[in-house]
Amino acid sequence: MAAISRDEVAHLARLARIEMSSDELDHLASELDQILHAVDRVQEAAKDDVPPTSHPLPLKNVTRPDVVVPSLTPQDALSGAPASDEQRFKVPQILGDAE
Amino acid sequence: MALNYDGVIEKYEPTLGLEVHVELNTNTKMFCGCATAFGAEPNTQTCPVCLGLPGSLPVVNEVAIESAIRIGLALNCSIAPFSRFARKNYFYPDMPKDFQISQYDEPICVDGFLDVEIDTDEGVKTFRVDIERVHMEEDTGKSLHVGGSTGRIHGAEYSLLDYNRAGIPLMEIVTKMIPGTEKYAPQVARAYVTELRDILRSLGVSDVKMEQGSLRCDANVSLSPRGSGKLGTRSETKNVNSLRSVERAIHGEMIRQGNLLENGERIIQETRHFLEESGETRPGRSKETAEDYRYFQEPDLVPVAPDATWIEEIRASLPERPSVRRKRLQVDWAVPDKEMTAMINAELLDTVEATVKLGADPTKARTWWLGEISRVANEKEVEATSLMTPAQVAEIILLVASGELTDKLARAVVEGVIAGEGSPRDVIEKRGLKVVSDDSALMAAIEAAIATQPDTAQRVRDGNIPAAGALIGAVMKATGGAADAARVRELLLQHLGQ
Amino acid sequence: MSFIYKTAAEMASALANKDVSAVDLANEHFARIESVDGDVHAFLHLDKEGALAQAKSVDEKRAAGEKLGPLAGVPLALKDVMAQKGIPTTCGSKILEGWRPPYDATVVTRLKDAGIVILGKTNMDEFAMGSSTENSAYGPTHNPWDLTRIPGGSGGGSSASLAAFEAPLAIGTDTGGSIRQPAAVTGTVGVKPTYGAVSRYGLVAFSSSLDQAGPCARTVLDAALLHEVIAGHDARDSSSINAPVPAVVAAAKKLDVKGMKIGVIKELGGEGFQKGVSERFNEALEELVKAGADIVEVSCPNFEYALAAYYLIAPSEASSNLARFDSMRYGLRVGDDGSRGAEEVMSLTRQAGFGKEVKRRIILGTYALSSGYYDAYYGSAQRVRTLIMRDYEAAFAKADVLVSPTAPTTAFKIGEKADDPVAMYLNDIATIPVNMAGIGGMSLPCGLAPEDGLPVGFQIMSPAMKDDLMYQVGGTLEAALNAKWGSTLISQAPALGAK
Repeated sequence: MAAISRDEVAHLARLARIEMSSDELDHLASELDQILHAVDRVQEAAKDDVPPTSHPLPLKNVTRPDVVVPSLTPQDALSGAPASDEQRFKVPQILGDAE
Repeated sequence: MALNYDGVIEKYEPTLGLEVHVELNTNTKMFCGCATAFGAEPNTQTCPVCLGLPGSLPVVNEVAIESAIRIGLALNCSIAPFSRFARKNYFYPDMPKDFQISQYDEPICVDGFLDVEIDTDEGVKTFRVDIERVHMEEDTGKSLHVGGSTGRIHGAEYSLLDYNRAGIPLMEIVTKMIPGTEKYAPQVARAYVTELRDILRSLGVSDVKMEQGSLRCDANVSLSPRGSGKLGTRSETKNVNSLRSVERAIHGEMIRQGNLLENGERIIQETRHFLEESGETRPGRSKETAEDYRYFQEPDLVPVAPDATWIEEIRASLPERPSVRRKRLQVDWAVPDKEMTAMINAELLDTVEATVKLGADPTKARTWWLGEISRVANEKEVEATSLMTPAQVAEIILLVASGELTDKLARAVVEGVIAGEGSPRDVIEKRGLKVVSDDSALMAAIEAAIATQPDTAQRVRDGNIPAAGALIGAVMKATGGAADAARVRELLLQHLGQ
Repeated sequence: MSFIYKTAAEMASALANKDVSAVDLANEHFARIESVDGDVHAFLHLDKEGALAQAKSVDEKRAAGEKLGPLAGVPLALKDVMAQKGIPTTCGSKILEGWRPPYDATVVTRLKDAGIVILGKTNMDEFAMGSSTENSAYGPTHNPWDLTRIPGGSGGGSSASLAAFEAPLAIGTDTGGSIRQPAAVTGTVGVKPTYGAVSRYGLVAFSSSLDQAGPCARTVLDAALLHEVIAGHDARDSSSINAPVPAVVAAAKKLDVKGMKIGVIKELGGEGFQKGVSERFNEALEELVKAGADIVEVSCPNFEYALAAYYLIAPSEASSNLARFDSMRYGLRVGDDGSRGAEEVMSLTRQAGFGKEVKRRIILGTYALSSGYYDAYYGSAQRVRTLIMRDYEAAFAKADVLVSPTAPTTAFKIGEKADDPVAMYLNDIATIPVNMAGIGGMSLPCGLAPEDGLPVGFQIMSPAMKDDLMYQVGGTLEAALNAKWGSTLISQAPALGAK
């Protein structure tokens, strides 16, 4: 596979919400190409009969009881907010619809 | 000329798809111990986990898992022996981690169905709605948009975020495509959501209040030209926040699509919003780039592998299906269709049943709740169930049955209880509402009535029995309704030699 | 006399004997930091006030005869990737500049409860992505052995603070070697416990299925003492192991490996490894043989794919974990002039707030997870993970522990590999398989490479949940080497600063 185009990198940057400069996109496209060539090898090793491992521990069914624990105070919750108003996080206008 | 609904149906066949999101009524959120109370002050029910603070980690609420299984079983689904959470990655300010923990290719419940009944031209007909999956996820925060065209300061547009709702357990119930509903598509959709809501309520897993957003419906609809055998392009209508709107939204969307197709235009696959006022839909704002959610297994959570014995225990504890129960109660209580519908629409079935279970006559229970109590509730703009308890109503009905109260006195007792004067017994005591059963007291009133209406009394003596009504009425009035009318009549007639 | 050159265990006993107070010990360390950290730059933030308050409270409790933990009053340096309530936590990134968490990581809670005195937060590669600490937005940390060289990464601040005697203990986190490789190149000890042994709650995630916090120290015993403080089940972390912590302190004190089988992984050595690194590694093996261990050679054929798989899995998870840095709720916000929408402000902030390596990995991860590429990249990488686990399983069937050099080279020069990401990634070739399999790994010093006089790290790997085995072997090897050298390796480290 590999061979990643500048347009693809631009698309990925949009997906990742990073406003990259034109130079950066050029540079990254060539770097990613290099990296992808290096990582392409996983495909030769991975046969379909090998199950994927997403997690190193074979744990299952870890849950917690449905019991309320104290929340943060709204002051603490908002303590890191770049801006706040009316006990809410103040953010630039949200365009577009939620999912 | 524009096609109307009948015109659309004549030429096109609709296919439906429904996605219902339901917020569970667990004490705590899906992945943290924050409370879930509706209407709390902003950002008072948040913690590092549901704010998505760096370093925080989710832990699954065990009751949410149980609720998901209950829902799946009630919808005739298979419960997956092994299911996992996945991250759905997309940026949105009301989503604290900029990914939603959801389920992707390994949902907890799959392959169910729900039968709904519709009144058709050929009588009541059952439609089977196949359910593809039920999966677990977390809700988002809520945003408040300030300023802009409606604001005072031009250009000062911003949004305010409250994350109290973020992380509340959400179940997504997705149907398969529903073909063959024909012109009943809007009714089938409504009946499905109604039945689903009733089931969820009977399971006790959610408040299912559409107006508060604890049950939300997205309706997909597409049209295909009759006989074409080809599935049309679908639209997805969001923001459908009442049962009536479900029906109206599909109705409106079918007309819109039918007319577009009729004019040779293409249907765009898009998200639309339902407008309550007009019953129409408008397109959502399209996004710049097509989303690619980049799902992958949530590495911070471990698989859910419910024990088969546990699943069977849950299955055994499921309540009677609401539709089955309704039919049973209607027969048991001998309720006419119209009254049954009224009781269901007023959401008083549970209350009436609770009253009956305390020994009250079903007809009386229904009459009290739907009549006097609902009337006062309407006046006060409150829920009937907030005015009186089934126990109080049952007590009053039983007192009437035993002759200790007359219907008229009973109304006064109800009035007193609603006015906050205490229990029925307290009101009877305080207001002195006992039935007058002392014959000598009644006789005094009867003699007084005869004295004021000698002519009427004479007519009764002469054999005109119906004339006694006026005298009985006078006695009842004099005793303030506290007399047993039958006993008054008996004594009066006896006294006048009849 | 100065206490800063002592081990944590020695400091603990001096404290217990009231030879020194916790407050004096903390002040001595702050004085040392003041004198040398201008050169080393191990710390991003010092919390004198909090540290001295904790030290005072420990002294008071001790005076009152209260029962205290074994490390009460001993100072520690905390990697800046751990949330500490009210204390700046930047992860070496501009995007978190000024953020003060409203909560403590579980590790921090346990340190505080144990009476440990947290001096401050240490430098690191931004979001733990790197092997040199050059990727910190706040400037590089310098290796105390040679200030022109890197201290390893991502936890270079923690390892340098130990080698510079600014702290006797430190906390690191290890996703692909970020505890062990810095330990190797600074002549210190670093342990990545079994995945799930130490809670990740409050550890700002890089790659959730690989990240693991662990102890950093100057001796195996000190690491073990700290290990027992921070390890143990935590209900806030779903992947936390719910089982007793292996007795690692007792294991570190055993000093006996008679009859143990030590497996040398064929693939982690030879070509690509610096000559002096291989020499010192082999000499250390001889010491283990002398101590009665049997050396066996094992093969892990799939390790050759480990690096490739790691550079798909870690960036993929990171691309998702780092999405939350969007300027809405905390951290940096750029471009909010009232005219731009939230989405644009997010993009501008992330562009300005993330460094080059972080962006590179986010884009790589976004690519590997995107539709159409998932199976070829992320999916295949997960299958490789299975193969690596199988290799370990087979190897552990033949040996009690496995060993290799920790890093292929000694510390390289600052700037030397900054423009070659693939060469930089090769540094982690011997440490990454451990994270992929979730097993335990330790690095301890095994001498100085003759060609450059810089420390070489010896890696010991133990099966999952048997962390005590690597402490047992590590403790024995450390004692043997110290006996051979007549002193500890770290005592040969340059003095630094004005003495």
